[in-house]
Amino acid sequence: MRKVIMGNHALSYGAMLARSQVISAYPITPQTQVVELLSEMCADGTLDAQFIKVESEHSAMASCIGASVAGARAFTATSAQGLALMHEMLHWAAGGRHPIVMGNINRAMAPGWSIWTDQNDSLSQRDTGWMQFYCSSNQEVVDTVIQAFKVAETLMIPAMVILDAFALSHTYEVVDVPDQALVDRYLPPFKPSIKLTPADPRAFGGLTGAEHYMELRYKLQKDMEKAPALIEETGREFGKVFGRELGLVDPYLCGDAEFVFVTSGTAGFTARVAVDELRAAGVKAGNLRIKVFRPFPFDRVREVLGKVKKAAVVDRNCSYGAGGIFYQEVKSAVYGRPGMPPLIGYVAGLGGRDITTAQFKEVAADAMAKAKAEEEIVWIGVKK
Amino acid sequence: MVEIRFHGRGGQGTVVASKILADAIAKEGKWVQAYPEFGVERRGSPVVAFIRIDGRPIYDKSRIYAPDHVVVVDPTLVEAIDITEGLKPGGTIIINSDRRPEEFEFRGKFRVRTINATEIAVKHKLGSLTAPIVNTAIAGAVVKILGLARPESLAAAIRDGIPIKPEDNVKAAEEAYEKA
Repeated sequence: MRKVIMGNHALSYGAMLARSQVISAYPITPQTQVVELLSEMCADGTLDAQFIKVESEHSAMASCIGASVAGARAFTATSAQGLALMHEMLHWAAGGRHPIVMGNINRAMAPGWSIWTDQNDSLSQRDTGWMQFYCSSNQEVVDTVIQAFKVAETLMIPAMVILDAFALSHTYEVVDVPDQALVDRYLPPFKPSIKLTPADPRAFGGLTGAEHYMELRYKLQKDMEKAPALIEETGREFGKVFGRELGLVDPYLCGDAEFVFVTSGTAGFTARVAVDELRAAGVKAGNLRIKVFRPFPFDRVREVLGKVKKAAVVDRNCSYGAGGIFYQEVKSAVYGRPGMPPLIGYVAGLGGRDITTAQFKEVAADAMAKAKAEEEIVWIGVKK
Repeated sequence: MVEIRFHGRGGQGTVVASKILADAIAKEGKWVQAYPEFGVERRGSPVVAFIRIDGRPIYDKSRIYAPDHVVVVDPTLVEAIDITEGLKPGGTIIINSDRRPEEFEFRGKFRVRTINATEIAVKHKLGSLTAPIVNTAIAGAVVKILGLARPESLAAAIRDGIPIKPEDNVKAAEEAYEKA
């Protein structure tokens, strides 16, 4: 059904259509509307789920872990400081192999106190063992929640579905809300092979000595390595059922491009408009939007970059002391490989500052004038 | 692509007006994007909302800096801020006012239209006498003046999206559509 909904409610619809059984959350701007709508759905019976109110995000994630270990499909959503407060439990969810799906609204970390978008909150959690999907439209948000449950429950690895504060969370767009019967066909009920139940007593999360711990982590990495193929396979299957394919990356006019932007989030869609304008001016530009950050799609990135002369990685985040975080990953993807182009890293749009098509054209002009990266990070739109 | 900017004050329903319009336009098969200014709005303070409309999916997620049209929900804002900032030459300015369009003067060539949405909202008992909710009346005038959607689509969007007094809101929108 075609509906005009905000990004936050796209997350709610995704969680509802996935038939989440337990939702536990703590409110935080700009996420609150996600769980507000879900609590209404639980109250009026639209969604047959247990809604658990808690006193903090740490407890929200702890409740989801408890629900998941008992065999329930669990969902939560948060943002920025709330995600940071969950940090310990994020390791627990991934290490314990609990396939929770969480919406995170990318909001800048304080201080300065901000409710506006940048990606440092979720990227600070990149080593917790969660999969990370960065969305660019409300359609992609609702679709990705459904796919994320399927991938998460197959691999027993939790997944974050991530969207920009306000630029997506509070933006209304036309969304084809998937039909429940089709979602049920695509996403079977969660049936873990082992779970916490009095009928079959087991212990979870016990002391693990040096003789076992490393094998648990080796398995987490090996299963994460299976994720790229599984995300593509379930993304193609999604396309067959719903008419919209979901992938690891979204290359736009990269086939014959000499120069590409590497982007993510809503800026990853604005970049397409800049590519159209550059092409109209005779520049063979393209845009490689990275949808999945963990696992990082090394092969897909190399496939595109191996054919271009130069690439500009535009980050809405910064690892202070190192530079843009996508930039670092893209550099490691091309390291030691012949035929890869020079990469130049840009940081833009922190704390909700707008990223415009004009800025993308500024990036293109700067990158094309340089033979190689002269400095590690070029700041765009900053008052110096 | 058509881009519209709305100026109102917190509590008047400006953001809801843009959402209802987006919904009405989407019902006719077009692609829309509607969003509030990314601020911390308080009741009575100036607020801004935006709509993009196109015949194909909209990829530009940046803010609107050069709108085709401007809608002024609160007439006191005409004196308080520059509502024509970035407005394209020849663009339409729609103002909620009991004055005639000729009574407004702006620097630049714009088409000015007025609609007394406050009077219509009060007549249909939307909001209170001192703080009427004018968004559905504004929406009725906007779809007519800019030719964005049929009144039936707007009525359907109001019934879907306004839980309080939907039928009175539909009547207000229809009256504004007639008068605009």
